[in-house]
Amino acid sequence: MAYLMFEPIPICLAMPDLPLLLVSLPAGFPSPAQDDMEEPINLADWLVEHPAASYIMRVDGYSMTGAGITDGDLIIVSRAKKPISGHIVVAMVHGDRTLKRLKRRDGRFWLVPEADGFPDIIVDEYVEIWGVVVGLARKYG
Amino acid sequence: MSAPVALIDCNNYYVSCERAFDASLVGVPVIILSNNDGCAIARSGEAKALGVKMGDPVHLIRDKIRQHGIRVLSSNYALYGDMQRRVVAAIEPFARDFEIYSIDETFVDFAGFEHLDLAAHSRAMCAQVRQWTTIPTCVGIASTKTLAKLANAAAKKNPTFDGVADLRDEDLCRWVLDQFDVDDVWGVGRATAAKLAGLDICTAGQLRDMALKQARAIGGVVLERLVAELRGVPACAIETVEPQRKGMAVTRSFGTPVTDMDMLMGAVAQYAMRAGEKLRQHGLVAGRLTVFFHTNRHKQDQPQYSATRTLSMQPMTNDGLMLLAYARRGIESAWREGYGITKAGVMLEDLIDADRRPRTLFEDDSGRRDRLMVAMDQVNMRFGTFAAVPASQGFKREWAARSDSKSPNYTTRIAEVPAVKAR
Repeated sequence: MAYLMFEPIPICLAMPDLPLLLVSLPAGFPSPAQDDMEEPINLADWLVEHPAASYIMRVDGYSMTGAGITDGDLIIVSRAKKPISGHIVVAMVHGDRTLKRLKRRDGRFWLVPEADGFPDIIVDEYVEIWGVVVGLARKYG
Repeated sequence: MSAPVALIDCNNYYVSCERAFDASLVGVPVIILSNNDGCAIARSGEAKALGVKMGDPVHLIRDKIRQHGIRVLSSNYALYGDMQRRVVAAIEPFARDFEIYSIDETFVDFAGFEHLDLAAHSRAMCAQVRQWTTIPTCVGIASTKTLAKLANAAAKKNPTFDGVADLRDEDLCRWVLDQFDVDDVWGVGRATAAKLAGLDICTAGQLRDMALKQARAIGGVVLERLVAELRGVPACAIETVEPQRKGMAVTRSFGTPVTDMDMLMGAVAQYAMRAGEKLRQHGLVAGRLTVFFHTNRHKQDQPQYSATRTLSMQPMTNDGLMLLAYARRGIESAWREGYGITKAGVMLEDLIDADRRPRTLFEDDSGRRDRLMVAMDQVNMRFGTFAAVPASQGFKREWAARSDSKSPNYTTRIAEVPAVKAR
């Protein structure tokens, strides 16, 4: 198909037909709650607070399982948030995009995995912090 | 003195978008090919240095590509469109208003910001764009759009400007105008440049000093307006010059927010028709249409929504009705109820001469189509509405364009988002 509609960032995770207020209507009376009907919850809006500076990425591997992030998860990566020690970040290490926790130790910054068997990486001139992980999305199928 | 206007332009935009997600493209020569992988439409600085020219057909530079290991990518307009949305969002807080001119160029209105150091303000704007998108930009500031365009070129060309040139300083403006040839001025074509050369008018500075009457005699109202703008007098010159091959945009702000899809459609229909007219005027066809609309981002207390849809057009067209049909599809897919839309626009990209347009198999007789268009135009002009457009207007023959080495739709398709190693 040549005419694909491209959705910008928001992943539509909303349940479009599930209204927040379910009122049973007594026959003959207008619902007093009619005016209080709200939009359905939009999970994408909630997850992605800063759509212009946020990017969705897929996790490949198990080095952050200790932080509750596992293979196949979708993460929301923000470039509007300033990385500080303790944040989970996406970093470019020698051109490879990698997921680690940023930690300050003895005056140096480190990229630290949260699973056994993965090495810490020191933040030097070959490392660039690309963005801060601000959200996580997972489906159980 | 009129209000300052600035042009912010993304450096090697398509390449910069690709590099945001593919680090292996950083620091190496990269070219991006047009629709159908025909010729180079974007080049990294390294590729420019190797002598790859804009529009070079790829089959003629195969040797160069092999020899220097130039990375060759098909264009990925979905990515470029989505990144542009982000660039514009980063620009917005820095300006009173903005006007998207093409996919990588946005005019910003600095009225009301004069009390600031606009160069520092612009650098902060560039830093914000770079932070949110990774994309490098340059800014030209001046009192007219034509001068802002030249200022931007100066900022790109001359590293001493550090990415921002402010030509409101008269001495600097004079100096810069003397550095540029007449055909570097936006809208001065080769034919006009040759005529001017006959009069010993070779630099932008000499063009500025030309008598307005003489300019009109040589290059019509376009050249007259350009000269006025070079003198710092806003004259809407940009609106009359030929669209750049990279693309053109028709955008407007609405006086009162639009909350109804049909009303938005009505406005966008006009832009599509206007864009079609402009293409036909210059004998061009377009391969891509982007339609966008959004709420007022300066009113954060109100619900915010912003949408962009990019559609590929096959066959390439300058038919207003076709453009409108595409724009309509885009809006239908993007529309959400409950928002007050204050700005909308249509952008056309991938422009080529109408007579060099690739033909598709079993194409309709476009002569009939052209006559229909004229008739429709007249009907619409008389009744002032585009409601008469048949919804059934079919696009039965759709073939995907060739794009053998297109990058993934990193930001617009969940199945193609970048992977992060957790290994």
